[in-house]
Amino acid sequence: MIEIVKVIIGICIALGALLTVVTAVGLIRLPDVYTRTHAASKAATLGVMFVLAGTFLYFYLLEGHMNSRLILAIVFIFMTSPVAGHLICRAAYNTNVKLWENSVQDDLAAVKKERAQQ
Amino acid sequence: MAFQILLNVFLALVWMFLKVSNEPIDFLVGYFFGLLLVFTFRRFFPSRFYLLRVVAVINLIAIFIKELLLSNIAVLKVIIKPKLDIQPGIFALPTELKKDWEITLLSNLITLTPGTLVVDISDDNQTLYIHAMDASDAEAAISSIKNTFEKAIMEVSR
Repeated sequence: MIEIVKVIIGICIALGALLTVVTAVGLIRLPDVYTRTHAASKAATLGVMFVLAGTFLYFYLLEGHMNSRLILAIVFIFMTSPVAGHLICRAAYNTNVKLWENSVQDDLAAVKKERAQQ
Repeated sequence: MAFQILLNVFLALVWMFLKVSNEPIDFLVGYFFGLLLVFTFRRFFPSRFYLLRVVAVINLIAIFIKELLLSNIAVLKVIIKPKLDIQPGIFALPTELKKDWEITLLSNLITLTPGTLVVDISDDNQTLYIHAMDASDAEAAISSIKNTFEKAIMEVSR
């Protein structure tokens, strides 16, 4: 039983670390702010959540110490990180950061022009 | 909905007073019988039986977690692929949701979905502008968002 738990905890932590590495690679490889935010707001969220869940399981199942703050941290990160991604994207768009040149369509441009005229 | 829950808790307390007990187990038993009572008298309440809404909320959380996992696999594929052949773009999504919290929830869900990210919301709260990793099939993305998330959120707020 203890061995199975250890394996599960190991998988959780390793998966979280792997996802965080993928996020970092994505931040370097992807072409513009918007696509980078995709990588940062998704993979990093799940990566950190996995690491926290693994830590929680370790202390709860092997040390018998239930730490509810880790659960709260998981919930808070889950709620706030998509909002952070949205705000970064929006701030970039409103300060005229250009889309990547291979982008296919941009419905927001017309709306923005209209807002500028008012 | 809040009123029905409050009534149910109150009924559980009445059960405890009737039994002259302060055990948590008696609270649970009383809550169960109160639930049966609330269910029996459900046509006297203005909103529907509250357990249905609780089930809808749980369903929404399950969708949230599933989409988070799927979106991570999708992003992983794009990043690891040796050739960068994505077609990003911004498309508009008309929404039927009215209240602020519903729209916030929808945009959070969309941001956690594979390859989509909310950039802006129009001033009249009727259109979401979404940046997609792969905007070549925006129609498909719109219909899938409408069918799954919007429906699930409407199920909660109905």
